[in-house]
Amino acid sequence: MADLVTPWPWALVIAQGFLCAALAPWLVGWVRLIKARLQNRRGPSVWQAYRDLYKLFAKEARVAHTASPLFRLAPYLVFAATWLAAAIVPLVVVNLPTAAIADMIVLVGLLALARVFLALAGMDVGTAFGGQGASREMLIAALAEPALLVAIFTLAMTAHSTNLASVIDYQLAADIIVRPSFLFALGGLLLLAIAETGRIPVDNPSTHLELTMVHEAMILEYSGRHLALMEWAAQIKLLLYGALIANLFVPWGIATDLSVTGLTLGLVAIVVKLALLGAALAIAETVLAKMRLFRVPDYLNLALLLALLGLLIHVILEVGT
Amino acid sequence: MAAEGRLVTMSTALALAMSAIFCALGSAAVALAASWRPALLRLLAMPLLGVAGLAALAAGLGALIVAGTATTQLPLGLPWLPWHIAIDPLAGFFLVVIGIVTVAVGCYGVGYARSLEHGRDSVAVLGGFTGLFLTGMLLVVLAADAFLFLVSWELMSLSSYFLVAFQHDQAANRRAAFLYLLMAHLSGLTILLGFGVLAAFGGAFDFGSLRVAELTPLWASLAFTLALLGFGLKAGLVPLHAWLPEAHPAAPSHISALMSAVMLKVAVYGFIRVVFDLVGDLQWQWGVVVLILGSLSALVGILYALVQTDLKRLLAYSSVENLGVIFVALGLSLLFYAGGHSLPGTLALIAALYHTLNHAVFKGLLFLGAGAILHSTHERDLEQMGGLLRRMPWTGWFFLVGSLSIAALPPFNGFVSEWLTFQVALQAWQLESGVLRTLIPIAAAVLALTAALVAACFVKAFGIAFLGQARSRHVRRARPEPVTMRLALGLLAFTCLALGVLPTLVIGLIEPIAIQLLGQGLPPMTDRGWLWFTPVSAETASYSAPLVLLVLVLLVTLVFWGLQWGSVGRIRRCDAWDCGLAPPSPRMQYSATAFAHPLRRVFAPLFRIDESVEQQEDGRLRYRLQAVDRTWDLLYRPIARSVEAAARRVSHLQSGHVRAYLGWTLATLLVLLWLIS
Repeated sequence: MADLVTPWPWALVIAQGFLCAALAPWLVGWVRLIKARLQNRRGPSVWQAYRDLYKLFAKEARVAHTASPLFRLAPYLVFAATWLAAAIVPLVVVNLPTAAIADMIVLVGLLALARVFLALAGMDVGTAFGGQGASREMLIAALAEPALLVAIFTLAMTAHSTNLASVIDYQLAADIIVRPSFLFALGGLLLLAIAETGRIPVDNPSTHLELTMVHEAMILEYSGRHLALMEWAAQIKLLLYGALIANLFVPWGIATDLSVTGLTLGLVAIVVKLALLGAALAIAETVLAKMRLFRVPDYLNLALLLALLGLLIHVILEVGT
Repeated sequence: MAAEGRLVTMSTALALAMSAIFCALGSAAVALAASWRPALLRLLAMPLLGVAGLAALAAGLGALIVAGTATTQLPLGLPWLPWHIAIDPLAGFFLVVIGIVTVAVGCYGVGYARSLEHGRDSVAVLGGFTGLFLTGMLLVVLAADAFLFLVSWELMSLSSYFLVAFQHDQAANRRAAFLYLLMAHLSGLTILLGFGVLAAFGGAFDFGSLRVAELTPLWASLAFTLALLGFGLKAGLVPLHAWLPEAHPAAPSHISALMSAVMLKVAVYGFIRVVFDLVGDLQWQWGVVVLILGSLSALVGILYALVQTDLKRLLAYSSVENLGVIFVALGLSLLFYAGGHSLPGTLALIAALYHTLNHAVFKGLLFLGAGAILHSTHERDLEQMGGLLRRMPWTGWFFLVGSLSIAALPPFNGFVSEWLTFQVALQAWQLESGVLRTLIPIAAAVLALTAALVAACFVKAFGIAFLGQARSRHVRRARPEPVTMRLALGLLAFTCLALGVLPTLVIGLIEPIAIQLLGQGLPPMTDRGWLWFTPVSAETASYSAPLVLLVLVLLVTLVFWGLQWGSVGRIRRCDAWDCGLAPPSPRMQYSATAFAHPLRRVFAPLFRIDESVEQQEDGRLRYRLQAVDRTWDLLYRPIARSVEAAARRVSHLQSGHVRAYLGWTLATLLVLLWLIS
């Protein structure tokens, strides 16, 4: 109880929340840069994503005549829900009071809340693209969410907790052994992270080809600050998945106390981990081609299968060890 | 002294419950008089219904707070079989469930009855049977002996039959009503047999004797099976659900709300009362059966809901799904508790009850919302709707709250019960049996898939109905809904949010039921203060719904204000992007069928899709698509065919000769005499 009311950790919570939002465009810029280099282009600077956001915030927002108030509310809600979800994930330091506000299942719920409003916003104006994007997004989500939860259950059953901080603590305290269940869960989670953040081969964030777009189709009608918020939310989501995978499976380096050296080390560790994951994503996006929409269920079923195998391996082989 | 005070309060609760019944009966009587003055239905019968709901709500809350028992004998029944009624925490909880929805229905009914006053539908029939229906449900919950239980069960079933058949000028409604009657009777019959098994061991029909009856495990399993069949039929568990999506949409919308939100819960009450309370000695094998049936219902229910284009049918199928979720939690409770792990077992029971309450509130809200749309546009077909958020903003936003709640999104109420169920499932590592440790996570995965599909389903329902542009003229010209309907929807929407944000308070109220049924409560769930909801322990899981809501609202407001302060705070209206071609017309929008198409294709083996393209008289093509429930082909049609074949065989007896009939009579008599002697 005492640790929940002292102001110092709460200040860190807010700082970490802002760090999340601030780092997110960097990660996207970094992935774009690596991708460009792999394609023998010079590519834009890492800071281009920040400039894009700044440009959008400075522009006037346009709203279709047929849009309802929900259209204008949605960007704020999507941004807030995604940001809150990201703020729950321990980024630099573990065991902050936010861990008590929401656990991993609430995290999935918050992301689902953001997605529902994103899909509704897509349907709001009443164009074919919006409906198409929403329909496809809900298809992907419907198959991805259970796999995500099952992967999380594997970790939760091992650590006997769904709190992110407790799982990370468990990982840090345990001996370094390779658990087969974790490998499967990691495999599932990596596939899912790609699907949920709308990257190749499931969706392509840089496409505006009508037949293939999913996320872009839903936000097609947005402009100005509304678009900026939607884009920023998508970037935060990418960071969230990166941080989740990095800190759940390779938690080493994260600060466990509030000392200055610990925090600095934690910051460096997460930036390095994210940079590595981003580079891996860029390589994957370069060598893979985008899938047809109706191949995506197979892909997601693979993710679900991996996650479920991980869970079953855990309950059958590892319980009691 | 304290004990005396407690006794007084329990009897007050009982008196309140009795007054609820009298109000419901009064409402029915007033409605009969409404045949010569239709305004009576609106001015007196419907408000009386609301008062009955309030009284039930107060009685239930009283029973939950005091957590005692009060019994009384009614001056009715047979001379040697008097009727007993009793109120205890379990009954009180279900009185709350009935009460909340009935208050909203009474309020909504005032607006609805006005539209009937100039129609040719009989106002007296509607109001009279609504009152009787409510009386039946209240009495089922209060009954303390098998006799009264079955009588009120039949009262509930029969009066709702007349309500399903209310708009009997349509053949589809008559068919639905007949199917409903048939299934209700099958259910009543199995429940009767179940009580028969219990009474054979208990020696009497009152619940007190049934409770102490010592059943052998085999007979107990038989009683459980009969109860599961009977109450499962009424609760619409797959594959016994086929009547539900036919009957619920056929009734007027507030009756649909009562049936889906409340009557299905009465079936849950019956199941809990018979299995957990009367049979008593729980066996973990029962949990496996209930868990599998529940998972199946949840998944099949939501997949069928997803492909519906009729809004009320969609909601009815979604009730199948939610009852599945409730039974999953009940199955977990049986598994854990009978397996010797009482804490997860207790938690699962609480999750089941919590979801029962949640489903009552949000399904009531959604059905009343669909009713408000029907009232304003005379339209149930999603394909004709669109853009209603601008025409009916109140209904729209309240319907959105209902959709978010049912889709189990934080910080609304559906999420809490779903979260709690997941937490229980994650305790599977405690079990010794490897099979069960495998089964429970798979059930949890099915539940997760279901939850994601619900979100897709209600994005479709809300998005197609309320967003975009109107797809037909009468929807474009929808009238605003009456104020009383707004009030009813608002009441339920507020309850959705309150139940989602204050889980610790709600669970504190539900806990006496766990103590009553399983003899065990929960350890304090508020390790870190009332804001943090920590059902197992603070380290295992915690969720602070008030803080999530607070932070979300704060973030939205701050970001909104921050951006308003900039120099470009204004918004310019323009046309939607049209690719430089023709301006978008409402017909270019995604339809409900198109929205569900990808998921329908992925889960294709589960449906029987009838697709056809017909040429109409004017030469235009018409595309028809119908997703048929597979259970009809797999279960119902074969049974119906064999019954018909058997009937044809029997009809050979009917030769038309008197001599033959006399011969049969004599033979029967002889056989009977031989049997007796």
